[in-house]
Amino acid sequence: MQLSELDRELIRATQGGLPLVPRPYEAIGAMLGVSGGVVQDRLQVMQEQGLIRRIGIVPNHYRLGFTANGMTVWDVLDHEVDAIGEKVGSLPGVSHCYRRPRHLPQWPYNLFAMLHGRSREEVALQAREIEKMMGSACRGHDILYSSAILKKTGFRMKEA
Amino acid sequence: MLNHDDILLIDHLHGGFPLVDRPFLQVAQQLGWSEDRVIERLQALLSEGVLTRFGPLFQIERAGGVFVLAAMAVPPQDYDTVTDKVNAFPEVAHNYRREHVLNMWFVVAAESSADATNVLKRIQEAAGLEVLAFPKEREYFVELRLPLQASMATIGGAQ
Repeated sequence: MQLSELDRELIRATQGGLPLVPRPYEAIGAMLGVSGGVVQDRLQVMQEQGLIRRIGIVPNHYRLGFTANGMTVWDVLDHEVDAIGEKVGSLPGVSHCYRRPRHLPQWPYNLFAMLHGRSREEVALQAREIEKMMGSACRGHDILYSSAILKKTGFRMKEA
Repeated sequence: MLNHDDILLIDHLHGGFPLVDRPFLQVAQQLGWSEDRVIERLQALLSEGVLTRFGPLFQIERAGGVFVLAAMAVPPQDYDTVTDKVNAFPEVAHNYRREHVLNMWFVVAAESSADATNVLKRIQEAAGLEVLAFPKEREYFVELRLPLQASMATIGGAQ
């Protein structure tokens, strides 16, 4: 999908957030020289195309009480990893689930699932459930807890 | 401090923010609040850092963009210096310290795969450390909604 120049401007104008005013789309349109209606229509199309995943809030999990964040990583048999990945992705508390390359010998893991909980015990418990579900398809796993958020800005489109 | 109304608002605004002339008014009517109150509470939650952002979440892969997870093993005594160097790249979208030999995990977001490769190379040079890249090979279906309303008592009790 090719982005139009208006799309690119729209992404730049909204990637930091929507203006908190009664008519936010009109405010964005005023910056770009188009009407609020045009902004709404483009955002609608981008949403239908999947270029916008959703329009809403991004919570700070820590501040909502979900202080434990564990990146669980799994060494899953190659021919079973996709079926297992789908199952793991549908579990509550999993925010991302991806298949990624191994870096042997130091990194044998090919499935990554991010878990969130109110304590490390809660995360460890979720990980044990996943381990049970995987059974013999999993040869090993690890949990990498985060101890600090160093940066969290999201994607930034380059200036034209 | 998160009260019952804040949790209601956060749950309500997870997604599906209306694409209409006065979207906050529409949200307000659904909640039985005033438009001003919705905007003020949202503003407060953002400035208090309870929310990191409010707006469209772009999935740039649909337009050729890429997100690449990468990791480095940073010597503890150099950690702050390396953090500054890595975070200085605007393409670094997230960066987390994790408890492992590979103790710095960051995501490079770029408009193309070639851009991402180039940025990872520049980060490796700037940091003077090997960067291991973990590009996404496949994404499995995920829709995270933390069980906020159910955990209200817990969150309230912690304050």
